[in-house]
Amino acid sequence: MGTTKDILSPFLVWKQFFRKPVTIREPLKRQGADRYRGFHINDMKTCIGCGTCESICENQAIDLVPVDGIETRSGDSGLRPKVDYGRCCWCALCVDVCTTGSLQLTNVFTWVDKDPEVFRYIPGIDAKPWDDSAKGYRKAASMELYPLERVEMQHLHPEERHDSFIEIIKGYSKAEALREADRCVSCGICTATCPAHMGIPEYIRAIREDNVEEGLRIMYETNPLPEICGRICTHKCETVCSVGHRGDPLSIRWLKRYLADQVPASKYAEALRSDSIEKNGRKVAIIGAGAAGLSAAYYLGMMGYQVTVFEKLSAAGGMMRFGIPEYRLPYDQIDKDVNHILSVGVEIKYGVGIGKDITLLKLQQDFDAVFAATGLHDGRSTRIPGTGHASVYQAIDLLRKITLREPIEVAEKIVVIGGGNVAMDITRSLARMQRQKYGKVQVIATSLETEEIMPADREEVVEAREEGALIHPGWGPREIVIEEGRIKGLKVVQCLSVFDEAKRFNPTFDESRGNFFEADMVVESIGQGANLSYIPVDYLEKLEKDHRGRILVDTLTFQTSLPWFFMGGDIIEGPDVIHGIANGHKAARGIDQYLNAKMEETK
Amino acid sequence: MNKKGLFSLEGDRSMYPQPGADGKPEIDLASHKFLKLWQGPNHPGITGNMSVELTVCGDEVVEAKTHVGYLHRGFEKLMERRKYIQNFPLVCRIAVPEPDYNEFNYATAIERLSGIDVPEKGLWLRTLILEMARLQGFLMWIGGMVGAVGFGTVGQWSNYLRDLILDRFEELTGARIYHIYILPGGVRNDLPEGFAARMEENLKEIEGFMKDIRRVLFNNYVYKKRTVDTGYIDPAWIYPYGIVGPNARAAGSMTDVRKDSPYGKYAALDFDVNTAVESDVYARSLLRYRELLTDVDLIRQILREMPSRGEFMAKLPNMLNFTIPAGETYVRSECTRGEYGYYLVSDGSAYPRRVNVRGPSYTHAVALLEKMLVNANIADVAQIMVSLHTYPPEIER
Repeated sequence: MGTTKDILSPFLVWKQFFRKPVTIREPLKRQGADRYRGFHINDMKTCIGCGTCESICENQAIDLVPVDGIETRSGDSGLRPKVDYGRCCWCALCVDVCTTGSLQLTNVFTWVDKDPEVFRYIPGIDAKPWDDSAKGYRKAASMELYPLERVEMQHLHPEERHDSFIEIIKGYSKAEALREADRCVSCGICTATCPAHMGIPEYIRAIREDNVEEGLRIMYETNPLPEICGRICTHKCETVCSVGHRGDPLSIRWLKRYLADQVPASKYAEALRSDSIEKNGRKVAIIGAGAAGLSAAYYLGMMGYQVTVFEKLSAAGGMMRFGIPEYRLPYDQIDKDVNHILSVGVEIKYGVGIGKDITLLKLQQDFDAVFAATGLHDGRSTRIPGTGHASVYQAIDLLRKITLREPIEVAEKIVVIGGGNVAMDITRSLARMQRQKYGKVQVIATSLETEEIMPADREEVVEAREEGALIHPGWGPREIVIEEGRIKGLKVVQCLSVFDEAKRFNPTFDESRGNFFEADMVVESIGQGANLSYIPVDYLEKLEKDHRGRILVDTLTFQTSLPWFFMGGDIIEGPDVIHGIANGHKAARGIDQYLNAKMEETK
Repeated sequence: MNKKGLFSLEGDRSMYPQPGADGKPEIDLASHKFLKLWQGPNHPGITGNMSVELTVCGDEVVEAKTHVGYLHRGFEKLMERRKYIQNFPLVCRIAVPEPDYNEFNYATAIERLSGIDVPEKGLWLRTLILEMARLQGFLMWIGGMVGAVGFGTVGQWSNYLRDLILDRFEELTGARIYHIYILPGGVRNDLPEGFAARMEENLKEIEGFMKDIRRVLFNNYVYKKRTVDTGYIDPAWIYPYGIVGPNARAAGSMTDVRKDSPYGKYAALDFDVNTAVESDVYARSLLRYRELLTDVDLIRQILREMPSRGEFMAKLPNMLNFTIPAGETYVRSECTRGEYGYYLVSDGSAYPRRVNVRGPSYTHAVALLEKMLVNANIADVAQIMVSLHTYPPEIER
């Protein structure tokens, strides 16, 4: 081995002697690479404090903390991530999982300080020299740690549904529901926003774990109408869903429906442990078997109260049954929810109108407390010329008659005034009936609002068009033209704006640009009002009201200024089902508190 | 094993301990013939945080015992308490100089059990970063090897070259050491603009230096004198001692996981398995030198063959709720030290039931080293140890 070459060869590298040193002379000034995983920045304008960064952090380096100047509001927890650089390992999984994309890393990586406490800081709140740094680690666009796309819901094809009242939404299969439930990041932003504060991440977890009965139990803690809500809830939860910031929000409503659909009615009592309720001997009267009334009845029933619900119409459900068409909410599903409420000992007296068949005074005498949830059942009129004609109807009256299977006029050409969900309901119901009667659809819905700000749900507008209805947004009704006693049509002018700068309803029109919609029949659907005529005048005077004449209730107990009298539902808040359910639940607790306190006094 | 050198004289071995009835030398410390000597944990010639307890007689080792536990963090147990995705920042710490093999094995085990397919581009990028890891791992090893025999300058060159690769890691993954680049389903990002050109520049620089390293190290009388015929591994030990990688290949074995069961895109790459037969420290170091050049060539091939477009990450289910169907799998890959294995058991929950990391250092630095050091010279202990290329965290993961 000892050749001469081996002795000389090492000397051949003498040229290395003249190389410049490769050492970085000022390492603190060295720039990190463009994607370097350095210190955190967080955009306060987009961060919603969902906390997914906290839940993925394996070092527990991130803590969601309250911050001065950021209020908790719908869709924002009001918390912001605080990073502890004693624990952080700069893996950037927090960046990858960030639902809004607000959290990022910069390429700054040196930070020297005498005080160890400063290395725990809130990015975006505590000003740092790297706040303006444009470079650093960003999540690659084509890489996601959770699926952004919603599992598509199967619908009936327009041709399968346009002439019948069969339910359109088919519901998730088990595999679809599991896939959709998997997308939930369990942040709980939805729970805070839901008026009933449903345990949404918890019941979605129950779906993932395929424990539908546990999911049903979680839902019934805050909502005794899951079959109904699972179909027609206004889903404010989905509007704020953190996954919706960069992708499609979770289908929370359809998942709720899936859970309720999976448990047969016969299993409810066992799953919800409602088969052995101890009665406490106290009696509560509830006026109106709508969302709020039924919700209050259920929770009072579960607490052991003897609850009697007085319903003016022949079936329970209120606006859910008599306002919403069957193709959105089948009646048997309402019955499923109502029957379970009846099973906890609630009694419903149908066809009893308060003030007509029995007075409020009598209820006050016979019951320990009264909860009124009578809803908004009186349609409002535009009061334009011609509304007095016999072929001008209120949408809400027609919808009620359709449910009751009473005959209604279905003209060949119909114009619906209004752009809300009720307007879409009557438009689509009439379109179906026109198709049944004439074989074609000639119904126009016209609203003040332009398409972008129409209050109706987007899918309602799309589906109405699929079924043959025409939607003409952005027109203000001026006159129903009547010739020889017959309606000819509706004269409209272009609406420029609906709300003024103070966001009050104050529409402006361009009178020079008009239009005319031919019609034999006009339906008004611009909103509903309450009918409180069942409250005696002296009581009505005693009730405390705000400056606009609305009755004031305690926001936690829904107690009015008459201690025994509670009010809730659409007449107080909403109008929608989930507020009604929340009101009913709170009122039930309020009534319980009030009666317990009263009993303490009399002891 | 200690073949006699050209000019060595037959020494008097009567002073040395004689084998007892069981064939092992009888060591009686009270006889004052023996000395206990600790190599490490703080010693420039030790490979990381471990130590070897030597019993020496004169300058000859009669018994060696490997001691580990200086950096035991219980990785495998910690992983059972973290969600699958949360383990990625943890696994890369099991073999610090080559984190990518941990990420790759762990991710592949997850993919196998949960049926996630990696897109084509993702496989290419994985192969690239694994080869980069091998390249810089060998460069770092050169630093350790030359340190053990007193050629510090060469170590400075190789660490400079390794830093060039770390720069590439930095721009590709965002970090120099703990890349956390491979996730289940693929990799986290595509190549940055101009990456291939900068890499080529670095590879040229490395090749240039490699010529000098060959001259100064492998064609060096002193280095040969120290390493040839030192630290011999008998090919018969390969199976009983679980010897893998360059240690086995320098003893004539042909095993290379990249060839035997190709993963990533290795099946599409053209390369030969490097082997030698001398099986001493010199043969092993020369073999690693050749492997390094093979890696340079492979990186060039990968950058040339890799499709420029395409998805690099599969569509993942929600990693926060991720569970794996119950099952178990063993994933292996060829790191610088040889076959690196991950055994993953899932019970169907969101947490791994058991992860077993089988690093090659486990046998190399414990059973094999203890055997090889017997009869070695104290001065050779460091180079024998480094020639096995061991990473202590892999032993006590």
